Amino acid sequence: MPSHDLLAGPGKRVATALGDAATGMAMWELWSTLGWNDIHQRYRRSLLGPFWITLSMGVMIATIGFVYAELFRQAMFDYLPYLTLGFIVWALISGIMQDSCTAFTGSEGIIRQVRAPYSVHIFRVLWRHVLIFAHNLVIYVVVMLLFGVRPDGALLLVVPGFALICLNGAWVGIFLAALNARFRDLQPLVSNVIQIFFYVTPIIWRPQQLAEHPAIVYLNPLYHFVALLRMPLLGAAPPAATWVVTITITGFGLVAAGFFFGRYRGRIAYWL
Amino acid sequence: MAKIRLDGVSVTFPIYHASSRSLRKQVLAVSTGGRIGADARHQVSIQALDDISLTIEHGDRLGLVGHNGAGKSTLLRVMAGIYEPTRGAVTIDGRVVPIFDLGVGMDPEASGYENIQFRGLYCGLTRAQIRAKTEEIAEFTELGTFLDMPLRTYSAGMHARLAFAISTCIEPEILLLDESIGAGDAAFLVKAKRRLEEFIAQAGILVLATHSENMIRELCNKAILLEHGRGLVAGPTDEVFARYNRSA
Repeated sequence: MPSHDLLAGPGKRVATALGDAATGMAMWELWSTLGWNDIHQRYRRSLLGPFWITLSMGVMIATIGFVYAELFRQAMFDYLPYLTLGFIVWALISGIMQDSCTAFTGSEGIIRQVRAPYSVHIFRVLWRHVLIFAHNLVIYVVVMLLFGVRPDGALLLVVPGFALICLNGAWVGIFLAALNARFRDLQPLVSNVIQIFFYVTPIIWRPQQLAEHPAIVYLNPLYHFVALLRMPLLGAAPPAATWVVTITITGFGLVAAGFFFGRYRGRIAYWL
Repeated sequence: MAKIRLDGVSVTFPIYHASSRSLRKQVLAVSTGGRIGADARHQVSIQALDDISLTIEHGDRLGLVGHNGAGKSTLLRVMAGIYEPTRGAVTIDGRVVPIFDLGVGMDPEASGYENIQFRGLYCGLTRAQIRAKTEEIAEFTELGTFLDMPLRTYSAGMHARLAFAISTCIEPEILLLDESIGAGDAAFLVKAKRRLEEFIAQAGILVLATHSENMIRELCNKAILLEHGRGLVAGPTDEVFARYNRSA
């Protein structure tokens, strides 16, 4: 059954999507408060509070770092910073993907009570994971000090890298949140895929260790997104290929999400 | 000037039960085709509103009358901009304050004060505006130090007090009320009623859905009778109730 909106031209659809994103962005006080509350909530009544994020990540990195440095016969001072950043960046990327699935379904009650831009829920998830990332960066600083690694000018490339990850989080988030409202199988599917990619992506191991099968590493877009933050934080500039891959994906993704969101935005309330 | 205009609005709810909601069924429907595919794709839907056209002008107090499932709540949600109609067009001019299920969408783990903040932000207020209103809300609820406690420790009545106070703290241009405002003890009800009257008086437009004929006669000057999602009669409350009571 076509409605006025579904019949509208693609231009209007994209305008609807952009309008939602813009008004959602303007409500930053709302999503920043909610995103922070999500973290606060999880650790309410606990002694260490949100520093459990840092602590549990730190313990995991220390343990796995010790075992795998032995397994792969790698020098600790070289391997541990690499592993630390791999884990922290992976936690950011995978966390956004995982939590985006429930961005709309988890706020079903309020969505049906008050009209607000849908993008608010996407930004809330992004902000939550940016905050978690900030907590985890403490480990990075400790490891760098411990091993005397000093990042150089390449560190500045963290800024565009981080921006690209957030933009991708936004478009992937819109797809996952809306599709999971309609097809509830998506969430378990996504967690499964994330788990597989954790092993396939060079996080614990290095790309050089799989030199005979470079396709597995370099055709995996997630490798490039991890490298986007990991490399500058370790003091190296990401190669051109990584910039090309990530910027292209960002561009196509944002455009596709704009059309998709404009087309189905009005249906989300019905799917919940 | 507040105004609501509906042009031939229809709303059809797709009903997703476990099977039609699953991705597997959709994928199988594509890959197998034929009868099973057709069955899997068969979608149940409910026509909640059917070709409703009406214009509500500044100063109108409209009561929605009808049996359970007649479409009253759906119509309110269309006017709130929550459901985009499947057919037809809606124009809403003015700040809408919807009061539907009191308390839905509140965070049980957060404190009363935090919930005031969350809801205020959702309704588009800034933190500073909320801070300015917090004291007034707190005073109205008479919850005192309980406002620092998590919402899950509240009784149903306390919960209703807070939800009511939060919802009525924003000056509405268009006020949409669903019947569920009833919890709370007697003393609070008197207070709530007074507040509601003030609140309604501020609003340019009131749309009220309730089963209570008294409430509509008291608060509204117009009414519309809905049946199976269609508008049967619209006009002065007396005429509408005459028709409604004949059919009941």
